[in-house]
Amino acid sequence: MKNDFLKKSKIPVFLMVLAVVMNNGCSNSESRSGNNLEELTNDASAEIRNTVQTSEIAVEQPPFTEGIFPCNDCHSEMVPNPVRRELVDMHDDISAIFDHDSENRWCLDCHDMNNRDSLKLASGKLLDFKESYKLCGQCHGEKLRDWKVGVHGKRTGEWNGKKEYLLCVHCHNPHSPRFKPLTPEPPPVRQEDIN
Amino acid sequence: MNFIRFITGSIKIILRGSKVYYAWLILLLLLIIWGGLGYSDQLSEGLIKTHMRDSVSWAFYIGNFTFLVGVAAAAVMLVIPAYIYNWKPIKEIVIFGELLAVCAVIMSIAFVVVDIGKPLRFWHMLPLIGTMNFPSSMLSWDFFVLIIYFLINLTVVTHLLYSIFYKKEYNKKLVLILVLASIPMAVAIHTVTAFLYNALPARPFWNSALLAPRFLASAFCSGPAILLILFQILRKVTKFEIKDEAIWRIAELMVYAMFIYLYFTITELFKEFYSGTEHLLYWKYLLFGIGDNKEIVFYSWSSIGMGVVAFFLFLIPKTRKNFVTLNIGAVLIYASVYVEKGIALIIPGFTPDVLGQIYVYTPSMTEIRTATMIFSIGFLLFTFLVKIAIAIIFENYEISVLNKRKKS
Amino acid sequence: MKKDNSRRSFLKNISLATFSALALSGCDMKAVDEFLQDNFRILTKEEKDVIVKNLEVKYKEKYGKEFHVSDKPAMDGVSFGYALDLSRCVGCRRCVYACVKENNQSRDPQIQWIQVLQMEKEKGIDFAHSTIHYNPETVPEPGHFYVPVQCQQCENPPCVKVCPVKATWKEEDGIVVVDYNWCIGCRYCMAACPYGARHFNWGEPNIPKEELNTEMHYLGNRPRMKGVVEKCTFCIQRTREGKYPACVEICPVGARKFGNLLDPNSEVRYILKNKRVLVLKQELNTQPKFYYFFGV
Repeated sequence: MKNDFLKKSKIPVFLMVLAVVMNNGCSNSESRSGNNLEELTNDASAEIRNTVQTSEIAVEQPPFTEGIFPCNDCHSEMVPNPVRRELVDMHDDISAIFDHDSENRWCLDCHDMNNRDSLKLASGKLLDFKESYKLCGQCHGEKLRDWKVGVHGKRTGEWNGKKEYLLCVHCHNPHSPRFKPLTPEPPPVRQEDIN
Repeated sequence: MNFIRFITGSIKIILRGSKVYYAWLILLLLLIIWGGLGYSDQLSEGLIKTHMRDSVSWAFYIGNFTFLVGVAAAAVMLVIPAYIYNWKPIKEIVIFGELLAVCAVIMSIAFVVVDIGKPLRFWHMLPLIGTMNFPSSMLSWDFFVLIIYFLINLTVVTHLLYSIFYKKEYNKKLVLILVLASIPMAVAIHTVTAFLYNALPARPFWNSALLAPRFLASAFCSGPAILLILFQILRKVTKFEIKDEAIWRIAELMVYAMFIYLYFTITELFKEFYSGTEHLLYWKYLLFGIGDNKEIVFYSWSSIGMGVVAFFLFLIPKTRKNFVTLNIGAVLIYASVYVEKGIALIIPGFTPDVLGQIYVYTPSMTEIRTATMIFSIGFLLFTFLVKIAIAIIFENYEISVLNKRKKS
Repeated sequence: MKKDNSRRSFLKNISLATFSALALSGCDMKAVDEFLQDNFRILTKEEKDVIVKNLEVKYKEKYGKEFHVSDKPAMDGVSFGYALDLSRCVGCRRCVYACVKENNQSRDPQIQWIQVLQMEKEKGIDFAHSTIHYNPETVPEPGHFYVPVQCQQCENPPCVKVCPVKATWKEEDGIVVVDYNWCIGCRYCMAACPYGARHFNWGEPNIPKEELNTEMHYLGNRPRMKGVVEKCTFCIQRTREGKYPACVEICPVGARKFGNLLDPNSEVRYILKNKRVLVLKQELNTQPKFYYFFGV
């Protein structure tokens, strides 16, 4: 299953491309190959879309805060402000907890400025919230790989058949990704007290 | 027909006796009832009435089993010196030794029966009708050798007494073969019992090649101790004749056994403490306790203390040849080995448990009562058998006497 | 199977005394049949099916619910393996209670097949300094990690070796099972198990009727009786139907992985190939099929 998947999704290609794209951002000397890369990226994206359509990855709905989606209900009326800043009037709850590399990143690094119902890859490619794992995978490639084969994250269903996946964001709040502590279930009764 | 008369005759023998004899019987009966009521509690409620739990899943019962297998083994091994040194009453020593062995085997099997969760399913262990896991399981081996040992001893004793009863010459060849066979079997039962614990790598405390030799050495201390006292009593109250020298010789042999036992234990302690691996934990629990859990320390040091005192009482000729100190020594060594096998051998095997957790075990009242019941039954049986043997051997109690009494 | 029949009739003849004892204690013929039932492993498929059907009837009478008791054998080409991510586990004990519920473990006296050990990061895997009784407000506690332990489904199981009556054995798919109707309760297996995975019914087990899981397997989660040993079976009633074990499905951090070791594309095989893996007490050569790994 693992091999099939890798063949289909061309994930290694995708990651390689991403790496090169990011590299490219830092070096001016390779502008010519940049075009090729864009083509490549498009190709890869097309592949990814394909994969999602035919994918065996069954994921639960993304965990939106109630009443917040679609974002365009509010944002379509607003003029986007691309200046990096701390939000104070709206989404201040997110500002309060935001610690996902908050020094270097802010909302519009992941959320698309023009279509708030979409996420955005570093390449500029738009992404449905259902595919948010690809966004995560831009940085956490190794985790994405483990997740795809069912080793990172929770799986339910059948060990030899249909499996259900959770998205990264079901366990990791994308704005504050550290896994939150849990209240443990009660400890076992001491054997001295069993009688 | 003759055999039935032998049996009925024997029953008549055990029904007659002095006031002391009856008092002893009544005491044992009371203990059996008191213990039996405790056991019936366990039968209805389950082993939850004991203090055994998942962490310490074997304890006092299996310890008693182990101790009694030792007694059974040692009782017969006394036959070897009896032959080698040609002690005068060889036949008698053989008979009483084997009677003790028979009773000890019965008691030890009783301790297994009370220890299992589904005693009615005991037949699952039998060959042919059950699915005995032979030769893989050491418990099936143990069961096997114990049954054979029991049958050998029972045959020898019954045959000897039966022959004397009817004033017939006993089959010397058969008895000699069986007695000789019972000697390696005696070694076998205690060795296999040691192997029961020995080859469990999950329990480092037992996983030492010295375990079986230590078992044998300790059995050679406790088994003869009982006979030593028994012979003195018999000498006083019956025509049984045994010279002081023979008794001292037994005591001398016990000193060797004690020395070997002590020596093996010291080598074991050296190896454990000097290497100081994580397996030292169990010895630490036994000797010093871990943290606040020191409940078992009293047992282990009392066993060591009694053993050492007994060793010196037996070692020093003056105290060995003084019957007061000799008997004190015999009782002490018996008690020492009993505590060692009953508690100090088993509990540290399980504490801390395989996942490092400590559950402090000490026997519950139900366990003590059940053990009392089994020991009382065993003593009762031994009393009866010894009484029959004494009557037949020393009091010329034979069929003609019975018949005469009937007529008059 | 002829041999078994003759064995049973032979037994019937010689055990009259036991029967009468049973009859005196108020047992009916069914109880006698159950008493005489042979070791499950040597029964024919037909005999097993009858036994399983009888159990369904018996449980319905006892608990007033419909039960399904399965005797489904191992699938071909399957050997189960389990992997647990030590870098993920937070010690929340959700698995312990999911297991208790799924597998009908006695609530009182309490039996739990999974024990979660809290260990100190400084000491590494060190049982002597671990505890199962930790109870902070939240987990994980700083400086600690957690090692849940249950049956390791050894390839070379010491418990099976020592059982005097062959009441426990390793199935074709690697699951070590117990025939609760054959176990004599000697607890030798508990002394032999290096992982504390076996648990004894010291008293009559108690489960609230409404909490009983009615999907059962003869060798798995059917109600046990006083005086027998029980253990984790990788949720045999679930996994032989293709489902994940209950502990895998409940784990909130996804630390628990399960699959077929013979399938090169299974999650467990991926872990064995790509992660740092360890087994507990490797030196004992029990060859567990329960692997601990570091997902990071």
